[in-house]
Amino acid sequence: MRNTFAKVLLEEAKKNKKVIFLTGDLGFSVFEDFQKECPDQFINAGVAEQNMTGVAAGLAMEGMIPIIYSIIPFVTMRNFEQIRNDICYQNLNVKIVAVGAGFSYGPYGHTHHGLEDIGIMRTLPGLTILAPGDPTEARLATEAMFKYVGPTYLRLGKGGEPIVHEAEPLFTIGKAIELSKGRDITIVTTSNMLSRGNEVRLDLETKGYSVGLVSMHTIKPLDVSFILRLSNSCRAIFTIEEHSIIGGLGSSVAEVLAEQNNTVIFKRFGVSDRFTKVNGSRTYLQKANGLNTETLSESMIHIMKKKKI
Amino acid sequence: MKDIGQLKQIAREVRKNILTMSARAKSAHMGGALSVVEILVTLYYQIMKNNPKNPEDPKRDRLILSKAHDAKALFAVLAECGYFDKKILEGYEMDGGILAGHSVRHAVPGVEASAGALGHGLSIATGVALAGKKSGQKYKTYAILSDGECDEGSIWEAALFAGHHALENLVVVIDHNKLQGYGYTKDVLNLEPFAEKWESFGFGVKEVEGHDMKKLSSVFSKTPFKKHKPSVVIAHTIKGLGGMKQHIGQISSQYKPPTQDELADLLIELEKS
Repeated sequence: MRNTFAKVLLEEAKKNKKVIFLTGDLGFSVFEDFQKECPDQFINAGVAEQNMTGVAAGLAMEGMIPIIYSIIPFVTMRNFEQIRNDICYQNLNVKIVAVGAGFSYGPYGHTHHGLEDIGIMRTLPGLTILAPGDPTEARLATEAMFKYVGPTYLRLGKGGEPIVHEAEPLFTIGKAIELSKGRDITIVTTSNMLSRGNEVRLDLETKGYSVGLVSMHTIKPLDVSFILRLSNSCRAIFTIEEHSIIGGLGSSVAEVLAEQNNTVIFKRFGVSDRFTKVNGSRTYLQKANGLNTETLSESMIHIMKKKKI
Repeated sequence: MKDIGQLKQIAREVRKNILTMSARAKSAHMGGALSVVEILVTLYYQIMKNNPKNPEDPKRDRLILSKAHDAKALFAVLAECGYFDKKILEGYEMDGGILAGHSVRHAVPGVEASAGALGHGLSIATGVALAGKKSGQKYKTYAILSDGECDEGSIWEAALFAGHHALENLVVVIDHNKLQGYGYTKDVLNLEPFAEKWESFGFGVKEVEGHDMKKLSSVFSKTPFKKHKPSVVIAHTIKGLGGMKQHIGQISSQYKPPTQDELADLLIELEKS
């Protein structure tokens, strides 16, 4: 996803001299081409994310299109007040781009995990939140972000995420992508859990369930009407996210369902409300948090059997 | 350009409005509004390219009040300049009024940035200055900071950045009234050697008496102080100047608005000054 973003960014910067890319001292072996081809539009703002965010606000006030970039905690949490006051409160056209969704930086430890960002960013009025599911969506989301005028947060994985979409889907900010429909279960994923959702779908289908798969690539504005339609067209909705169980996709969908009369079975799958005590790769940490295909599949079957009328 | 007598008269009017707004809204944050009056009057009337009839003029100089708890001083000066009707000042911090206690971008013409959380405005001003430099425009950007605000780490992030990028179109003005929220700056977190700190971050530095508009004018007209360097003006001021005598130079100047009776006396005093 990171390289996909870098590619689209370079194309956009070449088209529009107002695009200014600011990085918090990250991007080795990712942005060298950009730096070479658009040197006047590249700023390494140093390890100073609060200032980078305020500077971006100032640039946007003068009609520039700044992008600020770092790993999730450093470009959403360290500088949260600057995002709130300088960017969102002033409704400025700044793009916040973060890498490291969930356990993408698994072995680095909890300081580098991106597990609370959706929850906190979702509280900011006027902020559009994009969390593409695979490299294809990452490209489409980046393009859509540049067409859109207004504060935007783009949540990316890192590298190596598999392509899930067989064909290029229609990508519209605020409109969920339904990859397949299911009568029994619909798995709704966001961000880098699309491929996991797809694996779980395939597994459940071999066990006799009719399963749909949805990429909720926009967390805000949320596709509320789609969720409501879904709650009437299948028996169960399961959300999967590599994010805290508090505040993310699952919470967003739960908020919609809880305020409507419906009988749909609903369960959130995400990272439990605790600091991860074990260390390891993304795959290892997913498993430690029950986000591997086998555990997810078993949990879903268990729920479906329990609720069978 | 105004002569010094006219400028003093304007500053007097601004102080009257600050005191009246504070008394009406029973609002805090008066001391720093009173200490920054001459800085703002000098900038808007003598130094900055600005036109109240065309507040969005791309050629205008920009001013970002980072110490935005003192926004009422900015509002009073902008109203005095004619950016908007003085009647709007009556709604300051009042139910349904247009003016909040801290500045909101474009709430009234002339207010460039929303601010209020300390340590943000210098980064924003730095971005504005950088945009000007990148696009080859001639405007200058002024950022007004409080001294207490310089406790914030983000100020020094911005200072590093502005120095590194040689933003000679950026002028930082520090309203150095030596007092912050709950103590003297020297007792809370000593800023000294203050001028040397800025110098070491790559700024040209000048210190000035912050209530002497002749001297302020002369210093401001010399920016940039050094080629390819941003400038900082450390303006030595007195917190609460023109307010109630018992609060001048005291922490209480920040928190104790005058009662209506006290206001009446203060307005008479100011008229005589």
